[in-house]
Amino acid sequence: MNLITGLMADATNIATIFLMVAGLYVVIARGNMVKKLVGLSLFQSSVYLLYLLPGKILGGSAPILDPKLTVYANPLPHVLILTAIVVGIGTLALGLTLVVRIKEAYGTFEEDEIIARDGAKAGEQGDVA
Amino acid sequence: MMDPAFAEQAITLVILLLLAAVTVGIVRVRGLFAAVVLLGAYSFLMATLFVVLDAVDVAMTEASVGAGISTVLFLGALYLTDTKEATGKARELAPLAVAAITAAVLIWGMSDLPEFGSADQPIHAKGADYLARSLPDTGIPNVVTSVLASYRGFDTLGETTVVFTAGIGVLVLLRRRSGQGKS
Repeated sequence: MNLITGLMADATNIATIFLMVAGLYVVIARGNMVKKLVGLSLFQSSVYLLYLLPGKILGGSAPILDPKLTVYANPLPHVLILTAIVVGIGTLALGLTLVVRIKEAYGTFEEDEIIARDGAKAGEQGDVA
Repeated sequence: MMDPAFAEQAITLVILLLLAAVTVGIVRVRGLFAAVVLLGAYSFLMATLFVVLDAVDVAMTEASVGAGISTVLFLGALYLTDTKEATGKARELAPLAVAAITAAVLIWGMSDLPEFGSADQPIHAKGADYLARSLPDTGIPNVVTSVLASYRGFDTLGETTVVFTAGIGVLVLLRRRSGQGKS
């Protein structure tokens, strides 16, 4: 039991950082734009976790007041993260709409193909001028 | 009878391990459909973890918005575009280095954070004591609701503004698309 308690002190933080960094890696390493947005969602969710972990008190309960209970989790991180989740879905919807538009305009949603096409177009215009 | 504090720690650890496994799956899988479905599983696990962390309102929102609506949005986008992902060349080293450096800096920065689950942290001692004020001030037993709607009502107004703006953006982008389709 002591082993788990000792491990917990660092394990929650390290696991949260792992989830976060995995999301960051997907955003940078994958050229596909939908995959990038999946990575961004991973990153976002792990930030929610980072905010909620310190609010927890072991043996406490959810911040809904009741005469039978005395120890509650801190409600402020919960409120902030509720706002963050709703704003996150707004940005995700906008990002996905942009991906749909890019796919229709370019015929692809792979980052390097789009850059290659833009480069080719700029080269043609340079030749004409 | 198991000590509830120990049980909470054990469950948190198990769910974190499951989350890590799903994350590895998302990073490694090729094909967008699988990635999106795995992201839905990730959100549900995250919602379960939020219940263990006593954030029941956040858990409900994460399960409905994170696992529900965002999965539907992703699937809609895949329907309008393509589910295939280019298998392309490896661009592994630089992103891995950036991720590793970020992880190292974060671990260094978080090394002196208070211990998980202890009651004597500044977050519980300092700041506005909403838990004591909520019932006399507003009469609402759910403190998250009273903070969201009363004490931080302007935050929520700003949030709705952001969502409204995003909705307008989505509508404008999609309307241009259908207009071009007709002409």
